[in-house]
Amino acid sequence: MPQTVLSVDAIHTYYGQIEALKGISVHVDQGEIVTLIGANGAGKSTTLKTISGLLAPKTGTITFLGEVISGMPVHKVTERGVVHVPEGRRIFPTMTVEENLEMGAYLRNKDPKGVKESMERVFDLFPRLEERRSQKGGTLSGGEQQMLATGRGMMADPKLLMLDEPSMGLAPVVVEMIFETIQKLNKEGITILLVEQNAAMALQVADRGYVLETGGIALEGTGRELLVNEQVRKTYLGEV
Amino acid sequence: MAETTTTAAQSGMKPGRRPGTKKAALYAGIALLILLVPIYFQAAPGLGFLVRIFVIVGIWVLLALGLNIVVGYAGLLDLGYIAFYAMGAYAGVLIGQATSGVLGGATYWVMLIPGALAGAITGIALGFPVLRLRGDYLAIVTLGFGEIVRIALNNDFLGLSNGATGLPRGSEVMVQPGMIDWLSSNVHFMTPFGGEFVFTSNVFWYFVVVLLCLIAIVVINRLDDSRLGRAWVAMRENEVAAAACGINITTQKLWAFSLGALSGGVAGVTFAYVQQFISPESFTFMESVFVVCIVVLGGMGSIPGVIVGALLIKGIPDLIQGLAVAGVFKVSGDVNSMITGYRFLVFGLLMVVMMAVRPQGIIPSARRARELRPEDERILEEEDQQMWDVEHRDPGPVDHP
Repeated sequence: MPQTVLSVDAIHTYYGQIEALKGISVHVDQGEIVTLIGANGAGKSTTLKTISGLLAPKTGTITFLGEVISGMPVHKVTERGVVHVPEGRRIFPTMTVEENLEMGAYLRNKDPKGVKESMERVFDLFPRLEERRSQKGGTLSGGEQQMLATGRGMMADPKLLMLDEPSMGLAPVVVEMIFETIQKLNKEGITILLVEQNAAMALQVADRGYVLETGGIALEGTGRELLVNEQVRKTYLGEV
Repeated sequence: MAETTTTAAQSGMKPGRRPGTKKAALYAGIALLILLVPIYFQAAPGLGFLVRIFVIVGIWVLLALGLNIVVGYAGLLDLGYIAFYAMGAYAGVLIGQATSGVLGGATYWVMLIPGALAGAITGIALGFPVLRLRGDYLAIVTLGFGEIVRIALNNDFLGLSNGATGLPRGSEVMVQPGMIDWLSSNVHFMTPFGGEFVFTSNVFWYFVVVLLCLIAIVVINRLDDSRLGRAWVAMRENEVAAAACGINITTQKLWAFSLGALSGGVAGVTFAYVQQFISPESFTFMESVFVVCIVVLGGMGSIPGVIVGALLIKGIPDLIQGLAVAGVFKVSGDVNSMITGYRFLVFGLLMVVMMAVRPQGIIPSARRARELRPEDERILEEEDQQMWDVEHRDPGPVDHP
């Protein structure tokens, strides 16, 4: 029986008066890749933001490794090893690649050795970043910025890495590379919660997936089950 | 020096700046200039008032350095910064007047502490409610805060501030630092430029202000390279990403507010003891605007920029007026009032031209200059275009790799 690291229990999150999440329950087990797929506005990113503390749920609880993390501020959640790589490649444009990565390890200032190792790991995974280590983040290409954002997330030594739309706006070749990396990271022991619009790719790499529709969960199952599901094929994989 | 460089590299921060001989010479030159300027002007007949102008400019440098932390580093636009200056000044005078019997000539020095604290505490008090605000909203709230402080002082809040008349009350006088008397009666000599130099109270304040500015510069310079400084840059460039890195946005903003306000408080106490008098008139919205202008004109986040900005914005108008009053250039009363009257017009024009020609300021900080580089913007624009294209493409079948 695999250990559940994250369990999200019936959360309701509001943007002002608008109920964006209408009782979402999700769980992630140790070593899994779990993906949330769904259309624009289904609540995928809102779910991630609620888990990471950027938003607070109105009701419902989020538990990480037995500790309730719902309602905690972002930096406390990050401290516990839940690291959010927000959508839209939010890197620090005037910092160099190396400085960006160092910011990811902001909370590990007592562990310079570990930080150095993490940096080497990131460079192993993304040799491109090592080539550009002293280049400003803002001058990188879209794919490189996504690598940087992901690498920065890894620098925090995450127990659970939450990636929001890592493939958005990237060329197909780069998208494939990003997904390969996600699998590699997972093999290294990092549990991953992945939000994607590219449902086909996401379901191929994921152990399990949830389909979100207008703030609720419409379907759940293993990646394979969802890939062959009639409804998913029609709605999200664009097959008629 | 080599040692500090390696530790800086190891801790992963910016490599330490190794001041070459050129830099050392530059610093020596600046030090000599700072030392000689008051001696020369004090001794030169009719130019003694310039030392006074330098004192005022120095106080504004201190103010601008403080605001620079808030605006330049943390990226929070504060339009009510003068409130901290006022709090420092009033705390310094009120507490100073109550305790000067005991403290005597040391009153000013001791008052630096409550002045700094008054600034910092006000900074935190303002910081808490406005933490969630950003940009224009923050600017408006801070503007309101500055006005509240001024109006409260004007209305003799709690019977402490003595309203528009100002402090100290009635026949009370503020005790000057004891050193001034001793220095002015013992330190005087003939200068090689001709004229006798006397160590007046203006010269004394000049050196006090220079010292305070130097301390502020050293501290801020250290901050710039520190974890805190880095966190501020990250926060300014992308708050969500900064939070996701584990930076406590709340704490960092409060640090910025309180450190900036602390500097303002120290400037306030000093101003009060230099002027020997304070009233709400010195703490108007216009003064807040001046500090912001100094920071923006000089270059946000840049220490030399802020100094140059203060010299230009505070120094030049006073200088022209002072020279006119001193009769250095023969001007009629009309011209004199014209100088005073058109000051703001010229000032406004200067700001407009600056923003059009050199938005990063006169001496921009290296990082800020990068933030405004056109070639980077082009890359980002291309990116945006790509993102847009992808997001707006036909929702055709997704490729199966």
